[in-house]
Amino acid sequence: MKPLVAQTRIELALTLRNGEQLLLTLVIPVMVLGFFGLVDVLPVPDGVADPLDYLAPGVLALALLSTAFTSLAIATGFDRQYGVLKRLGATPLGRWRLLAAKTLTVLVVMVLQSAVLVAVAVGLGWRPALDLPPILGGVVLATVAFAGLGLLMAGTLPGLVTLAAANGVYVGLLLFGDLVIPHDSLPGAVADVASLLPTAALAQLLRAGFDGGTDAGAGPWLVLLTWAVVAPVAAARCFRWD
Amino acid sequence: MPDHAILVSDLVVRYGALTAVDGLSFDAPAGAITAVLGPNGAGKTTTIEVLEGFRRPDGGQVKVLGLDPWTDHRDLVRRVGVMPQDGGVHRGIRVAEAVQLYAAFHRDPLDPDTLVDRVGLSARRTSPWRTLSGGEQQRLSLALALVGRPELVFLDEPTAGVDVAGRRIVHDLVRGLRSDGTTVVCTTHDLAEAESLADHLVIVDHGRVVAAGSPSEISGQAGPPELRFGGPPDLDVAELAVHLDAPVTETTPGEYLVARDPDPATVARLTAWLAARDLPLADLRAGRQRLEDVFLRLTHSDDGDEAPER
Repeated sequence: MKPLVAQTRIELALTLRNGEQLLLTLVIPVMVLGFFGLVDVLPVPDGVADPLDYLAPGVLALALLSTAFTSLAIATGFDRQYGVLKRLGATPLGRWRLLAAKTLTVLVVMVLQSAVLVAVAVGLGWRPALDLPPILGGVVLATVAFAGLGLLMAGTLPGLVTLAAANGVYVGLLLFGDLVIPHDSLPGAVADVASLLPTAALAQLLRAGFDGGTDAGAGPWLVLLTWAVVAPVAAARCFRWD
Repeated sequence: MPDHAILVSDLVVRYGALTAVDGLSFDAPAGAITAVLGPNGAGKTTTIEVLEGFRRPDGGQVKVLGLDPWTDHRDLVRRVGVMPQDGGVHRGIRVAEAVQLYAAFHRDPLDPDTLVDRVGLSARRTSPWRTLSGGEQQRLSLALALVGRPELVFLDEPTAGVDVAGRRIVHDLVRGLRSDGTTVVCTTHDLAEAESLADHLVIVDHGRVVAAGSPSEISGQAGPPELRFGGPPDLDVAELAVHLDAPVTETTPGEYLVARDPDPATVARLTAWLAARDLPLADLRAGRQRLEDVFLRLTHSDDGDEAPER
């Protein structure tokens, strides 16, 4: 237990101390939520009465993406490049406890950012009706999928390439991932492809869950489940520790 | 404890078509300091990485503390400390944090605060790794290798980039380990360091051991005693050779080798010859070759003057 606790504590401290990571995981989501919650410029999809009902779950999904994918990929990519992973592999900590520590760190950061974002959204007038199964199911599957993609990138690319690519994917998903721009505003063919993105599926499940249990249908579950299987398997097969 | 902490026989490691380690064999005595020397690309780090369990050998036998470093990795990491060449420390971690973290991995660690003092980093406790000088990083890295009270420590280039004061701290710590009965295996480019620190030397080139033994044993293989001196470049070596009745060569500009027994009479004739011409004498060395000379001869047989890469 002691090595795992110590490693988790240090991973958490290093994450929370890192300005770029905080910008990505907290400042940008809060700014997106605050700005578009106050300034009425974004299109709202058909059938949504309050724009916040669309925006708030989308920004929560963005926040999860920033932590479980972008931040994890960048941190792990540099750990690998600087030989940190390799050196820890030569201690009694071992690889599995190192992975567990990184998972716990992601979970703690996600709880912190969700608390802040929900508070901001409620402050802006968001009044969700909770239905937990799609929320919890979506979050668990999406975390596994995002972390799998992040580790796949970190375990195969050089640190700086991972930094650039992870940020690029973050911006791409911000625009095309059904997080703040509704898919019915995109050209039809683009929207069809984009609905297969893991963020789109997560956002749909969150919106259903925060809307008192409207049925999201089987589509997003299937999409997210596929990502949650394929990404970690690919990461486990391709990951290089040094 | 067995007499030998490490036994390597006929080790082979390949990277694709390249054979980095090619039938290498050596022992490291328990409780002693063994230095592995060799030019860059000789296979030193690859060999150490096999011993640390990072790399699976393609051939041969390796035993570390009686265990197989690949299959018994989990048992071995509790008893071994590793200081890699590139540090392997997170850029943002603070000195005290790093030592406390590594202490938490072990059942009976050294006291982290005391260890930070011993490596001379008391004033840098709260400094992140990236703000440390090269020498401070090396000393922190060494502390991380030692905090678990290992029976065996691997140090890969422990004094690379360390200043004179830091080097003394590292050497004192390494000697302290030996007094506590810890086995030390280090790689180094610094031949003077190896000569003064190590009980046992292993010289590696092209993936093979070219010499092994105590520093005096290896220097003893060097051939007959000789006389070397430094002076102005382009001396008339032909005239000097006649005067000394021995062949004289300028090995590098301003460095001369006299191939004969350096008896006091020869030394006197040499200094008289220089004095008569009002020439300065930069340095004078009589006797057996230094480790450096032996090293160069063993590892660069095609070009005896070429210095090892740094």
